[in-house]
Amino acid sequence: MSDPAKFKPKTVYVTYIAAPPEKVWQALTSSEFTRKYFWDRTIEIEPKRGGAFVLRLPDGRVNVQGKVVEYDPPRKLSVTWHVEWPEDFRKLPECLVTYEIAPAGEAVRLTMTESHFWEVPEAILSGGKTGWPAVLSGLKSLLETGKAPVIAMEPPKAMIEAIRTLR
Amino acid sequence: MTEKPKFVYVTYIAAPPEKVWEALTKPDISEKYWFGYRVTADGKPGDLMTATSPAGKLSHRDPIIESDPPRRLVYGWKPLEKDKPDERPSRVTFELEPFKGQTRLTVIHDEFDEGSKIFTMISNGWPAVLSSLKTLLETGHPLDSSWKDAAQSCAVEAGA
Repeated sequence: MSDPAKFKPKTVYVTYIAAPPEKVWQALTSSEFTRKYFWDRTIEIEPKRGGAFVLRLPDGRVNVQGKVVEYDPPRKLSVTWHVEWPEDFRKLPECLVTYEIAPAGEAVRLTMTESHFWEVPEAILSGGKTGWPAVLSGLKSLLETGKAPVIAMEPPKAMIEAIRTLR
Repeated sequence: MTEKPKFVYVTYIAAPPEKVWEALTKPDISEKYWFGYRVTADGKPGDLMTATSPAGKLSHRDPIIESDPPRRLVYGWKPLEKDKPDERPSRVTFELEPFKGQTRLTVIHDEFDEGSKIFTMISNGWPAVLSSLKTLLETGHPLDSSWKDAAQSCAVEAGA
């Protein structure tokens, strides 16, 4: 695993959610919730630093895997993130995904930060910039209304093109 | 990095674009989710967008640049409150797109000078305001009022 200090924040998304921090933590770390807002993915996460982290597609294939860098419920979760599917995306160097949960009155402020250790092109960042708002809007709706509307989408074409040109 | 500061935020709201448009342009709705501010922005290009603070002070009097309900709204942005930095006006663009029964709302706030203090403030403010807008339209209630203080103090700290 790369040194976490080498990763620089590139994409930050902040949302406020009317739910207790523990509930937001649960939604981030348990399949019962991720299935509903994270495009039907299940999650496996070993609750300790250095533990394994896996996101799986509904058919069981590995979508993303990495290692736990920080596990501090219900405040901070940080994992390395290597995309295994689609196959082309395996060429992408791993990034670091960090969730921070802070009380804000009776709501919480959830901050998602996607960090990279290389000079990542804007076209590749467009994947996260398109995807995270959909995922985290769904998470917020799920916790506040009990429903997460399905926001189906494909990776941006510019991202797919940029990945093809990676060596 | 010589690029000028530009803020972009996307949120998906389980409501039709017409409802989102109404919430962005009518003061009786804005005051429920927008830190108590009464925002009027339902005019035509050339008309004014105005905002009044909960204390009744005029905080914005900016030109509406584009208005294409319920798809696109662009207005100028210059806070009038005395405690806000005196900078040249910036620009806010709202894009509303129907997306699988929801609205994809994109807010772009740009035309800042480098090192703008207002840019730092709005970067903290918009996620809070737009989160509360989404909650209001989906549940009928905005985020709890005690959250406003927490969100605003966060903006002040970051702006300091």
